[in-house]
Amino acid sequence: MSEVRIEKLRKSYGPVEVLKDIDLKVEDGSFVVLVGPSGCGKSTLLRAIAGLEPVESGTMTIGGKTVNDLPPASREIAMVFQSYALYPHMDVYSNMAFGLKFAKTPKAEIDARVNEAARILQLEALLKRRPRELSGGQRQRVAIGRAIVRKPQVFLFDEPLSNLDAALRINTRVEIAKLHKMLKATIVYVTHDQVEAMTLADKIVVMNKGRIEQTGKPLDLYYKPANLFVAGFIGSPAMNFLPATMKKEGVLSLADGQELKIRLPASVRKGHAVTLGSRPEHMTLGARGALSIAGTIDIIERLGETGFAHVRLAAGQTIIAEVRGDPGTRVGDATRIGLDAKYLHIFDAEGQRLD
Amino acid sequence: MRKPASAIAVHGVLILYTLLALFPIILVIMNSFKARKAIFGSPLSFPTPSTFSLVGYDKVFGDSSIVSYYMNSIAVTGGTIFFTLLFGAMAAWALTEYKFRWNTLLTLFLAVGIMVPIRLGSVAIIQLIVQLNLINTLTALILVYVAQNLPLSIFILSEFIAQIPKDLREAARCDGLSEYNIFFFIVMPLIRPAMATVAVFTMIPVWNDLWFPLLLAPTGGKQTITLGIQQFLGQYITDWNAVLAALSTAIIPVLILYVIFSRQLIRGLTSGAVK
Repeated sequence: MSEVRIEKLRKSYGPVEVLKDIDLKVEDGSFVVLVGPSGCGKSTLLRAIAGLEPVESGTMTIGGKTVNDLPPASREIAMVFQSYALYPHMDVYSNMAFGLKFAKTPKAEIDARVNEAARILQLEALLKRRPRELSGGQRQRVAIGRAIVRKPQVFLFDEPLSNLDAALRINTRVEIAKLHKMLKATIVYVTHDQVEAMTLADKIVVMNKGRIEQTGKPLDLYYKPANLFVAGFIGSPAMNFLPATMKKEGVLSLADGQELKIRLPASVRKGHAVTLGSRPEHMTLGARGALSIAGTIDIIERLGETGFAHVRLAAGQTIIAEVRGDPGTRVGDATRIGLDAKYLHIFDAEGQRLD
Repeated sequence: MRKPASAIAVHGVLILYTLLALFPIILVIMNSFKARKAIFGSPLSFPTPSTFSLVGYDKVFGDSSIVSYYMNSIAVTGGTIFFTLLFGAMAAWALTEYKFRWNTLLTLFLAVGIMVPIRLGSVAIIQLIVQLNLINTLTALILVYVAQNLPLSIFILSEFIAQIPKDLREAARCDGLSEYNIFFFIVMPLIRPAMATVAVFTMIPVWNDLWFPLLLAPTGGKQTITLGIQQFLGQYITDWNAVLAALSTAIIPVLILYVIFSRQLIRGLTSGAVK
């Protein structure tokens, strides 16, 4: 069992609290992605799990063992750094074998483990090379190999793909997903890229300003974001938000005075301010009906089969709607955007989801 | 492309300077192979079959004490380089890597050490060495030279250690290395070029120094070669053959050390560690 449990974890740099009461459970064999904007505390949390960052209070257990005061090496973790952090003066083989040598692993065992990792990561031909003779993707694989040979309880990845170019990133992302399936390893993975989070994770932890905003399966976060932050963070392009006030039962009034007929949760009363959220992919350009809003097309970004129309409302706000095929409208045209009631998110004045 | 005229000018200046710098050395080596009469008769001419003589070298190598002076010099220089590099790198590592209370103050204290010439403290040093009962020992010289060279080495090595990516040290920590092992197996290999630089500029003044050998180890067979040569320089008569021969041979060990260290001065040793 290599479950990670974190309870009431706190950490601050001087007066600045960077982790505020973090509670997190990483189930054995699961792939958990910590995601959030830069400075949200996700890397600090990962480094705290690794033991590279001391914490003020709270408990951390790995595989049932409390690790708060243990040095990184005794925690049975392996970390893959954003910068790879390969030892430049050693060849690939030594890079992977280095930790094992210091753990007094028998030579034959080291050999077997390194060769196994090299086989999995297709590094066999590169074992005698120095890091400077490798490409970015190869260095990345060596860094992962160095983690694999240690047979850790938990793998920690700190933005491992952010130094790779776009094509390689997609490739390596798939490799990491396969690796997880094959090794059945417990992985905690930090990224700011929500596509990585969505594609890799069994469970996503969205962090913001040192707090966990929401924890859940990728599609749960997508379809049922708990608050405005998660709603805006997950999905690309981001969800459109429309501030509105309840005018009377079943009718919302937008900032520019347009009215929408919507069935609202019972807790919303007349005069209450709410925020409507709708993803670009759940909006239809050129719709009619009660659940549509009027605006002018500013720009249409064509990506091929799909595209994104930027539509300006009378109040000055721009919303983005996905278009498929030829919408038959042009820049400058007045249009109506239809909202899909099924995928409409409603948030209260505090930004929390209403159901 | 640079203009040929300016290239010639630059090379002209460099060649002139090289000649100027090499002239005394060539003069010493040239005359060390000549008979005494020829040294004074025509000091600027090369040795010819008629003026060639190895009498100086015979005298130097025939004198067993001169050989032991060589050994003394090598021991002092080698010992100084070793301890300066070891303690310098260790202190530099501690001052850059660990945050502790007196960190800044200690760094400042060492920086002051760079500026104060150690010879100002000669009298106190002699008293100290006498009290430690270390007078006329090579240990005394090594201690003083290490103290003299540490501040600047720490200063230089700190700069280099600070450039080693933090991730590397943390990766090593995750790999289960103790702080000592991180220092010896990660930090030391990566600052090798810097250590070679420090070794070179530590070595030459120590090898050439006359001051401290004269004060701390003037007798008892513990003289260094620079001091040992002085026995050929008399008040009334100077054995120039022996002096020149001794000086010529004194260049060799330091030259060998320089060649060894300069090979380590490779740039970009850390490339490939991190993107």
